[in-house]
Amino acid sequence: MVHLGDWLLDRQLDDVAGGLLRRALEERGIGFLLGKQTAAILDDGQGGVAGVRFSDGEQVDAQLVVMAVGIRPNTALAESCGLHCERGIVVSDALQTYDPRVYAVGECVSHRGVAYGLVAPLFEQAKVCANHLAQLGIGRYQGSVLSTKLKVTGIDLFSAGDFMGGEGMEDIVLSDPAGGVYKKLVIKDDKLAGVCLYGDTADGAWYFKLLREGRSVADLRDTLMFGESAIGDAGVQGQSKAACMQDSDEVCGCNGVCKGSIVKAIKDKGLFTLDEVKKHTKAASSCGSCSGLVEQILMSVVGTDFQETPKTKAVCGCTERSHGEVRKAIREQHLLTHAEVFHFLEWRTPNGCATCRPAINYYLLSSWPHEAVDDPQSRFVNERVHANIQKDGTFSVIPQMKGGVTTASELRRIADVADKYQVPMVKVTGGQRIDLLGVKKEDLVNVWQDLGMQSGHAYGKSIRTVKTCVGSEFCRFGTQNSTQMGIDLETMLANMWSPHKVKLAVSGCPRNCAEAGIKDVGVIAVDSGWELYVGGNGGIKTEVAQFLCKVKTAEEVKEYSGAFLQLYREEAYYLDRTVHYIARVGLDVIKARVVTDAASRQALYQRLLFSLQGLPDPWAARIAGAQKNEFIPIKLEA
Amino acid sequence: MTDSQHWVQICALTDIPPQGSRVVERASGNVAVFRTHDDKVFALLDRCPHKGGPLSQGIVHGESVTCPLHSWNIDLATGAARAPDEGCARHFPVKLEHGMVLLGL
Ligand code: FES
Repeated sequence: MVHLGDWLLDRQLDDVAGGLLRRALEERGIGFLLGKQTAAILDDGQGGVAGVRFSDGEQVDAQLVVMAVGIRPNTALAESCGLHCERGIVVSDALQTYDPRVYAVGECVSHRGVAYGLVAPLFEQAKVCANHLAQLGIGRYQGSVLSTKLKVTGIDLFSAGDFMGGEGMEDIVLSDPAGGVYKKLVIKDDKLAGVCLYGDTADGAWYFKLLREGRSVADLRDTLMFGESAIGDAGVQGQSKAACMQDSDEVCGCNGVCKGSIVKAIKDKGLFTLDEVKKHTKAASSCGSCSGLVEQILMSVVGTDFQETPKTKAVCGCTERSHGEVRKAIREQHLLTHAEVFHFLEWRTPNGCATCRPAINYYLLSSWPHEAVDDPQSRFVNERVHANIQKDGTFSVIPQMKGGVTTASELRRIADVADKYQVPMVKVTGGQRIDLLGVKKEDLVNVWQDLGMQSGHAYGKSIRTVKTCVGSEFCRFGTQNSTQMGIDLETMLANMWSPHKVKLAVSGCPRNCAEAGIKDVGVIAVDSGWELYVGGNGGIKTEVAQFLCKVKTAEEVKEYSGAFLQLYREEAYYLDRTVHYIARVGLDVIKARVVTDAASRQALYQRLLFSLQGLPDPWAARIAGAQKNEFIPIKLEA
Repeated sequence: MTDSQHWVQICALTDIPPQGSRVVERASGNVAVFRTHDDKVFALLDRCPHKGGPLSQGIVHGESVTCPLHSWNIDLATGAARAPDEGCARHFPVKLEHGMVLLGL
């Protein structure tokens, strides 16, 4: 085997991995001549081949010569039209050639000096190009990060990014030549810049993901080399390795989709993106916790054709705009209605869809409190009717019980309602409240009226509960009155809409019986005051809340947690929990604006209080007759 | 539709919220009557072809409704699920006369 490069696969591997590959192949009886440029194929004088001569004058004998050459763009047509070409038709980030009337995509183009020979970049180019042809003019193709995955006679290879390293970069290397494993990670500015794996490529997809996301790996550095499983947490990122799963293993626990059906759908229907897989198989389309795993499966099936989910995601299919762009436009242009947003941002559909409408509704209400008017038709049914829809179309009703504290008379009324409306199940919730399940829609308003309690907002992207423990009033360990603190917080936050649900807890001592460590805002009383934690989550993927600060008084607890929640309300994207938001901006940013900068904190807190001021209890509004029709079915006279 | 079809006046157009719906109770299955942003009305059996979710409770956009249970998109005019989902909810004829909604049963 003759190769021009100094080692095998010199575009895909570094010299060490190339050397390992060479040795492995030599053991199988293949000989190599490297760094040789072929100058001529020698004639045996009878029309056959006799050998090959190299540019350094050496030559080898051969009876058969097989040549492998790469692709070269066929630019003849383009050149004859006078388009500028350099190893391909030169295009801009808009896929426009030097003649603005002509666009080009695919293997024939040279974009920022690179000609791509794979299908994934081509798709990306086509999208941007289509966008410009449709005169939407907002896409930009900035090149593709590619990975290579090869199986060379039973040896697994994977590489991506800048795996050669160099100036300003650091390498982490694991080398076990006897065991046939070599791994090299190249890090630049705390981010993964390149990967080269030889022998064991199980973590290739994971490294590639880190690479594309450009996320800081400083916190993973110690274990980075040992792969995804070494990080040790399970869940959202899809840690269980897609490749080792059996076809019958369940991937999506919500919709009961196993690996085999995902693989089949990908192959049969030619799917390339996570979104397509979600739509066709329903995997990862409910709670989304298996998205990472589904993405891995997709990568392992389609390999380099895999299309990554774009980083700044469009809100939905109705637009190219991201959540951030929509909110910015609403703020800067003072947009107050859905129609204005659709018009200003040139929505492709007349009135949006079930994905963008609720998001826009939230951005409008949170950006312009007391100005923008709520649009009930842009809310998911639960928020529209202030109760949770159940699988049989009935609803569950959860009245507010601040801090989990109730009274005999409330309990009596709840019991009476359960009897009167024949509620099939009465259940205590995890948020220290009582849930009446199986209420018919047409009974809702009467149930609320008979309960005489406020809405518990258990149905919304909104404040849910403040869970508390008993605290110093009764508990012998309690250091502060946690119950009252919880009630005060729940009172302050009543009727608060937010990007996603918000749960709080207040514990009276570090024993933390109220489980404040897994709440969006957790408050733990200590003898000298209160500790505040943020970004916890007890749901899909358990996340421990991070320490924000310690404060002295109950008033400060309200101010600091209120300011944090307002920051979340103003900046998090719709359907991001606090943990996602914090992961996106970093805890330091939050500390700076909520803890260090007192003026910023007070301003945030005031904005929260202003937004919440005078918001009506939705049940009371409905009892008073708002949108009453919605609850009354039309009867046909027989 | 068969000859036995008859038109029943069910409500005024304004009784249905724009981009909303009302439920008509019927012994053989409730009917969801929808009103779009541009005041067209459509009627479907109030049962999603997926797992029977009440379509009347979904979000109406364009000429589609999104089922509240698992977000299938159903075409209001035909009752057909939009690709890649497959299935169809029965649709009923409806017409508007002098601001009143008539349902063909
Ligand atoms: S029942 Fe309608 S989408 Fe599942």
